[in-house]
Amino acid sequence: MIEKVKRDPEFYPVVRRRARLAWVLSAMTLAVYFGFILLVAFAPGLLGRPIGDGTMTIGIVAGVGTIILAVALTGFYVRRANSDFDAKIDGIVARAAS
Amino acid sequence: MNIPAVVMFLMFVAVTLVITRWAAGRVRSASDFYAAGGGITGTQNGLAIAGDYMSAASFLGISGLVFASGFDGILYSVGFLVGWPIVLFLIAERLRNLGRYTFADVVAYRLEAGPIRTLSAIGTLTVVAFYLIAQMVGAGKLIELLFGLPYLYAVMTVGALMVTYVATGGMVATTWVQIIKACLLLGGATFMAFMVLASFGFSLNAMFRAATDIHPDGLAILSPGKLVSDPISAISLGLALMFGTAGLPHILMRFFTVKDAKAARKSVFYATGLIGYFYILTFIIGFGAITLLMSDPAYFRAGPDGAYDPLTAMIGGTNMAAVHLSNAIGGSLFLGFISAVAFATILAVVAGLTLAGASAISHDLYASIFAKGRSSEATEVRISRISAVAIGIVAIFLGYVFENQNVAFMVGLAFAIAASCNFPVLLMSIVWGGTTTRGAVVGGFLGLVSAVTMVLLSPAVWVNTFGFPKALFPYDSPALFSMTIAFLGIYIVSKLDRSARAERERAAFEDQFVRSETGIGIGAASSH
Repeated sequence: MIEKVKRDPEFYPVVRRRARLAWVLSAMTLAVYFGFILLVAFAPGLLGRPIGDGTMTIGIVAGVGTIILAVALTGFYVRRANSDFDAKIDGIVARAAS
Repeated sequence: MNIPAVVMFLMFVAVTLVITRWAAGRVRSASDFYAAGGGITGTQNGLAIAGDYMSAASFLGISGLVFASGFDGILYSVGFLVGWPIVLFLIAERLRNLGRYTFADVVAYRLEAGPIRTLSAIGTLTVVAFYLIAQMVGAGKLIELLFGLPYLYAVMTVGALMVTYVATGGMVATTWVQIIKACLLLGGATFMAFMVLASFGFSLNAMFRAATDIHPDGLAILSPGKLVSDPISAISLGLALMFGTAGLPHILMRFFTVKDAKAARKSVFYATGLIGYFYILTFIIGFGAITLLMSDPAYFRAGPDGAYDPLTAMIGGTNMAAVHLSNAIGGSLFLGFISAVAFATILAVVAGLTLAGASAISHDLYASIFAKGRSSEATEVRISRISAVAIGIVAIFLGYVFENQNVAFMVGLAFAIAASCNFPVLLMSIVWGGTTTRGAVVGGFLGLVSAVTMVLLSPAVWVNTFGFPKALFPYDSPALFSMTIAFLGIYIVSKLDRSARAERERAAFEDQFVRSETGIGIGAASSH
């Protein structure tokens, strides 16, 4: 069965596409988080700047924004993986099992 | 003695014990004991992961940090959260597709069981030990303060309850304790944040303005403070928080309780959403505590002239900010509820840790190495139950020994070890076909040893705990260095490995890859 999956012409392209999505999203998470951390280390003044006339600062929005973005990225990946990719994988496994 | 707190806590204990009794009747096979028979849904597992992960340290610690220094608290929240996308993208589905009960199952899929499971068990038990000590000491102090129970009795109560859940009800009971705790904690924190916001007419700007008016540091609490001093420390701490999550054995174990990769992914999404929401609440709670507590002398130890320093003189320490806030918002009844929730929070986390430790002993060390797979399921589960009792006794003992030590660094150390030993070994074994047993074992041990050594020699331990004049390692967080050492170790030693075994292991990668991507043969965890 494993051999049949390997020979399926759809298998490697599908898993490669899923892996690429996973690495791109991981890289985005890393970039956003470490971007935030480096701003904290190198540009605390920028993060401390208030937004408009309020007291809320750019830093608070950036921190909460990072949390919301992390949740959004996981949601995006789960949607893609659980629909598109899984449908293709299920098809490949079904063909291999027959 | 806080009567509502005691009553609500006893109610929680009663409910969880009834559930444990029910769960005990359902635990028949090893799969039931370790993985709840694979019968937990994605939504339930998402809640349980949140319950496993949101410790009292993150609830009381982060809101206390926000109370004392404002913005800096958010740095920890963000760091603790961003590990979750990584868990999802790189680990969760392959872990589910390849493993059965522990993450060592995955690493040992094509690598040699003996050395790999020994390494993973040591990695697991070290992380569990440091995490557990921090939780036990925190629990003892908290309960002493909230319920007036002497420290040793408090630690023994926690130990006895966690052993009861794990040894009799296994993963089924542990899961439901974590789910109930997650609902209570999220409910309580939501109510608190709602009441804080309501008192400012739901204007965040009004809340921040009031906080900066009251706080001695004024506007500075809305921008980065002293927590991050140099970029190396900041990045190193960030790496430990981020990748440590993906190497925590009690968290990884939760993925085996669902039936397939789809449910595993879904559970990470729910968990990430709930944990993210919770951290945003702790931020509001921390600012609420500044505005509602700082000008009220009832919550501080005042000097003879009635003056007090709001940053250092809080009764019970600044970690009690959220607890005092519950009193300010909802009186003694709500204070009792939050105290009971804090206790429940600790119980759910230590139960998860105990189960992870017991599984490493029974499944990785005993069944796979000592008995070489010839033990019966019944014997393996019995060993696991006995291990849970043993871990409970050791945890009570260590909790007692460390009562007056500074254990704050231990959670950080647990994350650093998880990021430097468990995570690199697990990730490399599933994504890089060149990984060999020798490479994984050498790299993993180097990561473990370097992380522990650097923490021992760091300012936080060498100077602040041991009292030496000068630290031998300049940074408090070792992850940047120890993770690099682990990954390089795995890569270089695997590359240099010319043994026949290494050849076989490389050749076996393709089959493992197909299984990890498709989930073929996944029935294993729920077959009974």
